[in-house]
Amino acid sequence: MYEDILKLSALQLDALREIGNVGAGNSATALSQIINRKIDMTVPQVAIMPLDDVPNVVGGPDAMVAGVYLRVFGPAPSSILFLLPRDSAFCLVDMLMGREPGSTTSLTSMDESALMEIGNILAGAYLNALSYFTHLTLLPSIPALAVDMAGAILSVILSQLGQMGDHALVIETEFTTATDDVKGHFFLIPDPGSLTTILAAIGVKE
Amino acid sequence: MSELIKVGMADYKVGKNPASLISYGLGSCVGIALYDPMTKIGGLAHIMLPDSTQARSAENPAKFADTALPRMLDDMLKLGAFKSRMVAKIAGGSQMFAFANATDIMRVGERNAEAVRNVLKKIDIRLIADDTGGNYGRTVELKLDSGIYRVKTIDKGEKEL
Repeated sequence: MYEDILKLSALQLDALREIGNVGAGNSATALSQIINRKIDMTVPQVAIMPLDDVPNVVGGPDAMVAGVYLRVFGPAPSSILFLLPRDSAFCLVDMLMGREPGSTTSLTSMDESALMEIGNILAGAYLNALSYFTHLTLLPSIPALAVDMAGAILSVILSQLGQMGDHALVIETEFTTATDDVKGHFFLIPDPGSLTTILAAIGVKE
Repeated sequence: MSELIKVGMADYKVGKNPASLISYGLGSCVGIALYDPMTKIGGLAHIMLPDSTQARSAENPAKFADTALPRMLDDMLKLGAFKSRMVAKIAGGSQMFAFANATDIMRVGERNAEAVRNVLKKIDIRLIADDTGGNYGRTVELKLDSGIYRVKTIDKGEKEL
């Protein structure tokens, strides 16, 4: 059975927002500890939008971004994508590698590993909270990284959703360092069918 | 300045000289340009998926290779283009993330490109340029004054097909 995301109730959307909140809170704490900086996060938005609108969340289909992508395995398969504007990714790498701010202008394979590891840690923290909340065992795949246009990176997920409909349900949070030099968008995009499982697990069936 | 017509994901547009048709940030999607050099009428489709018969939802025909192309062709004929003169150029269909065990989902770019080639064969339009595959995104622009299909990337330069 595949749910119709256009017919979710306000209560269900609230429940999903709360899930996003708990997960993202955990991720923000993890990120803050790794780079030893204060991290602000937005209240997660649960947005149901036409597929071609999704890239606009991060600045449009031709915005230059770094994306760490992970698949989520278990009873509620999903996609996780951590997207940063390319300059933010460079800045984050400077912090991780202990370089002067502004010194990274392209990524070495070590830098790429570091970014993937960040994606891994954020996803792990997020899923931990989500698993605890739902009592579902949710496990992340190994991460994959691409630095490219936002539309191109998102197309990987959007084409999967496109098999089922013309809209995407995204649970999205923005992380920002207090000094505003690193910004990132964390997306959880449940596969078709997974929402039903998640909502049933937390007892919000309608 | 000639008009720049934007084509979104899972959409297509047709137009006449001196306009240009542009679509940003193609990854696994394929951008299909059809052009009639005599009337300078062209169309650009940005398809996401190979086959509407495999999908659960086929509400938007512009999303699929097999349904978008015939419709775009029809719209171009209505504008006055001739099918026998039309040529096709395609770009996109990349695999953005490399996982060791590439599933069908990951290979959607390759399947998209393959489906587009098959549909072009079926509707009998000559494919004269093909820039598909790889692991990077592309922005494509069809210039209707010349039929030049410009493919821009971030790290792999720019080409004119």
